[in-house]
Amino acid sequence: MSGGVDSSVAAALLAEQGHDVIGLSMQLYDQAEGQSSFGSCCSIDGLNDARRVAAAINIPHYVLNFERQFQEQVVSNFVNEYVAGRTPLPCAHCNGDLKFATLAERAESFGAEAVATGHYARVELLSEDEVSSKARRYVLKRGLDASKDQSYFLFSLTQAQLARAVFPVGDRPKTAVRAYARLRNLPVADKPDSQEICFIPDHDYRGFVEKQRPNTRRAGQFVDEHGAVVGAHEGVHRFTIGQRRGLGLSSSPSGTPMYVLALRPAEQQVVVGPKSSLERTTLQASAVNWLIDTPTVPIRAAVQIRHRHEAAPATVRATAPGQATVTFDTPQIAITPGQAAVFYDGEIVLGGGWIES
Amino acid sequence: MRVYFDYNATTPLASEVIEAVARASRDTFGNASSVHHFGQQAKAALDDARSELAALIHGDPSEIVFTSGGTEADNMAIRGAAEAIEPTGRRHLIASAIEHEAVLNTLKALARRGWRTTLLPVDDSGIVAPDRLREALADDTALVSIMHANNEIGTIQPIAELAQLAHARGALLHTDAVQSLGKIPVDVRALGADLLSLSAHKFNGPKGAGALWIKRGTRLLPTVTGGKHERNRRAGTENVPAIVGLGVAARLAGGKLGAEAARVAALRDRLEEGILGGVPGTAVNGARGSRVPNTSNISFDRVEAESLLIALDLEGIAVSTGSACSSGTLEPSHVLRAMGLSTHRTQNSLRFSLGMFSTDAEVDRVVEVLPRLVEKLRGLTQKPVGARG
Repeated sequence: MSGGVDSSVAAALLAEQGHDVIGLSMQLYDQAEGQSSFGSCCSIDGLNDARRVAAAINIPHYVLNFERQFQEQVVSNFVNEYVAGRTPLPCAHCNGDLKFATLAERAESFGAEAVATGHYARVELLSEDEVSSKARRYVLKRGLDASKDQSYFLFSLTQAQLARAVFPVGDRPKTAVRAYARLRNLPVADKPDSQEICFIPDHDYRGFVEKQRPNTRRAGQFVDEHGAVVGAHEGVHRFTIGQRRGLGLSSSPSGTPMYVLALRPAEQQVVVGPKSSLERTTLQASAVNWLIDTPTVPIRAAVQIRHRHEAAPATVRATAPGQATVTFDTPQIAITPGQAAVFYDGEIVLGGGWIES
Repeated sequence: MRVYFDYNATTPLASEVIEAVARASRDTFGNASSVHHFGQQAKAALDDARSELAALIHGDPSEIVFTSGGTEADNMAIRGAAEAIEPTGRRHLIASAIEHEAVLNTLKALARRGWRTTLLPVDDSGIVAPDRLREALADDTALVSIMHANNEIGTIQPIAELAQLAHARGALLHTDAVQSLGKIPVDVRALGADLLSLSAHKFNGPKGAGALWIKRGTRLLPTVTGGKHERNRRAGTENVPAIVGLGVAARLAGGKLGAEAARVAALRDRLEEGILGGVPGTAVNGARGSRVPNTSNISFDRVEAESLLIALDLEGIAVSTGSACSSGTLEPSHVLRAMGLSTHRTQNSLRFSLGMFSTDAEVDRVVEVLPRLVEKLRGLTQKPVGARG
């Protein structure tokens, strides 16, 4: 329970359905820091809200201290990825490596049979007859509310993890979730949606990376596609593929806007060029998690390459254990290493992996 | 069956206290500073409570200043004495490393304002050695603050001996007796202290009422300024109903101190033996021979205390991982750390604290439930790191 409306409603729904519900919140960073900069940190307010919701729906509530695990499994990966010239996806790591791993184990030790979250996604259990070579027992699907769907962030869940996952709001539109929160008088009914990375409340990820790894702020060069130097920057971690704003470059002589095309951390270079050069047709994915049996032949899928990307038709080949090659029917803009490539058949998640190139 | 074994965090109220507080809330609503009948009734109620409390600690009623609780009493003692003594040139404060946060953080605040502070170490049984105080005392030491009994492990400090050492160097001795009052005899004269803090809700009284005993003649500047309440020592309209409850709780505590201590000690010892015998890899923290009778602090090897606390609560058993005031922090217990315990062990420890309403059946329940929970949690920690469940 983060203290947000989605996990609050998830808990309230389960309690109303008569389940024996334990509310758990994760304390992920030092509360003392929040005290000194009161008002800037969302976490203490979030934990307080979760506690108030738990009291309102009459379930026990505990705050688990996962500061160390969060630092080791999510924050350090986040920093390492930027330093390596990639663009991380911390929520997906948090889901797969913390919430449905460490937290789920802890919940299991308290006697819990399942772990519910406020994600907009659905898990369905197939009957014995339906289990086939195409679909395994637990099917992960997009949330009913397409505009809120979070299945992209859950692609790394294994069958064992899905077996214990429950998403009570996944089959409802967000408006209905808010309406239910108001109906039940939950104290968070009108709280705004969270949008940003939870551990960077001031949204300054560059400053965060530099604070965690002070030596990353190193002068480097912007180069064009032919290797000509066109400007100077203060570290590759400050850029993301497809970025146009904040480059501090005057546009090319012809007046075309410049975009980040590639990051070369070893040379401290940021490659820039016109938007047309961002188009690519193939990507390589690693640590691929298949929610169907690993396909032996190329399969057709709609592949989503970032949170707000409309999944595009492609052919996916499992090239080696944990590896896949995706070939899109039409070129895609800004295929970004560090983000996830998630393979869908309609609403169903077939699998996904981390974009390497 | 719900079991409450967290009496060091707070205690349930004695039924006589509940009645007295309710009666005073209804009938004695006057402002104790008012001249009229209603004020006189309230003042009389405060005087009665002051006398009951003075009798319990063998002090004089005029030496007692009511506060909102133990934390305020500690602040008043240390800040008030420091400010009164400052003009003499004394600028040094001493406390033990295992004090409550109310003392430690007050010292830190004064350190930021230029005071030198020294924290005395404790031995591995959680006791302050008088020699350490002897070494730390200086010509400009203003005040020494050592708790009578520790809240996490229950160990009793040799206050009388420490007070003599402090006085020999012209320093005052303050003792935080929040965790000893009502559990063991507290005699301010025998202890030789100059200042003593206490809190009603730790001995079956209500929250929001405490007191600082100030030995006659001890100079103290008020930390809460305003009207002329409490002989000009603590401004603010007195919380009459809660103070009435404090008085009743003090009378009850004094009346059955010996018998109750023996009863609770027998329960605590049976609980402790049951856990040590029933759960492998357990050990008691703190000197077993010099503890308040109700407290047992136990380490459970290879179990995160935070998880065991929650698992116990889900079984209806309320205990704590140390001080209730530090829950929610990742910091290992400063008390167990000061005793030299490994970080691992400081995060494996639970505090069981018993009291007035504790029963044999409750002890049986805890001893029965614990082995199963510990075994389950240990099974979890043996999985390789990063394994998915």
